[in-house]
Amino acid sequence: MESAKELFYKMADDLLIFGHRNSEWTGLGPILEEDIAFSSMAQDKIGHAQAIYQILHEMGEADSDALAFNRPSSAFRNCQFVELPNGEYDFSMVRHFLFDHADQQRFEMLATSAFEPIAKVARKIKGEIKYHVFHADTWLVKLSQANEESKARMQSALNEAWNYALGIFEEGNFESDLRSKGIFEGEAALKARWMDKISPIIEKAGLRIPDESTWNPVLGGRKGYHSDHLDPLVLEMGEVFRLDPGAEW
Amino acid sequence: MIQSLDPRVTRAQIELNNPIDPLTELDQWETYEVFHQKKRGDQHIHVGIVHAANPEMALLFAKEQYARRGVSVNIWVVKTAQVYSSDYADSDIFETVPEKIYREAGGYKVMEKINKYKKAQAVK
Repeated sequence: MESAKELFYKMADDLLIFGHRNSEWTGLGPILEEDIAFSSMAQDKIGHAQAIYQILHEMGEADSDALAFNRPSSAFRNCQFVELPNGEYDFSMVRHFLFDHADQQRFEMLATSAFEPIAKVARKIKGEIKYHVFHADTWLVKLSQANEESKARMQSALNEAWNYALGIFEEGNFESDLRSKGIFEGEAALKARWMDKISPIIEKAGLRIPDESTWNPVLGGRKGYHSDHLDPLVLEMGEVFRLDPGAEW
Repeated sequence: MIQSLDPRVTRAQIELNNPIDPLTELDQWETYEVFHQKKRGDQHIHVGIVHAANPEMALLFAKEQYARRGVSVNIWVVKTAQVYSSDYADSDIFETVPEKIYREAGGYKVMEKINKYKKAQAVK
């Protein structure tokens, strides 16, 4: 099942790196309530990653701790979008919005997958993801409509994020195999669903999706090519684990 | 030494040239009172307060602050400013006098009569 493994690795790596990156806001959020909410969602993402690493483990891969903490950054298959630094809250909220809508659509597609373990995870975490998207939509619309400065900043964050977001849908080596086995409809189908979902919300917020002639997806993450930002994150994330990999916690 | 991008890790190196001014009152978001319902049909019960910029955001925060242990099916948020309340200086309006005991449920003696009647019925 190489095709399913490839799909699960990129999904779990996206969620782990995104969760870890977002957790860097803990203690620094704009207000206490938001700090708690955003930190809690970051933990959810890591939990979702763990559930998928568990499936990989059952397919013969290493256990979830080893997969998360003991691989070099070049072994990670996350898209480059999730490894970028948090920047300021405008960029973090735009990324949260763009990524979580793709995440929600991906899991909705997988809820009916022929590969039962992933379908089960998809059904189980549906409510959590619904909250994440509700949170993202609320912030996107509110910040985009607060005042001229906030609107300008949100538009500029969207412009900056866009080509990276398109990199979420970088195709793997087994798209047709996944489709024919009924495991996953594929990245192209996912991207179409994502566009349908985000377009009206971006419009409601009063922002503009960058002109299609400028679209240029940032690819490579799915093949292990990353920006300089991933390595420090991965080293730091596994720092404690690698002090004593056999330790019982 | 790890080159972290996490500001919490590199905090020691941050030079605070511009000390942060305390927030003025206008920088604070207003508060919302949060009520949660444990199961459908139950009364909503007041559980606390959140700061928020609008009602939708208050709901988001209320869920994480007060309903993340999975015991709620519904939440209400109400602007604190919309709550009209009594004054603590007037809390003596809640006091009562012993002579009014007949107006309270505990003051009714009717059970004696009911029991007497039941007994009479049973005898027949």
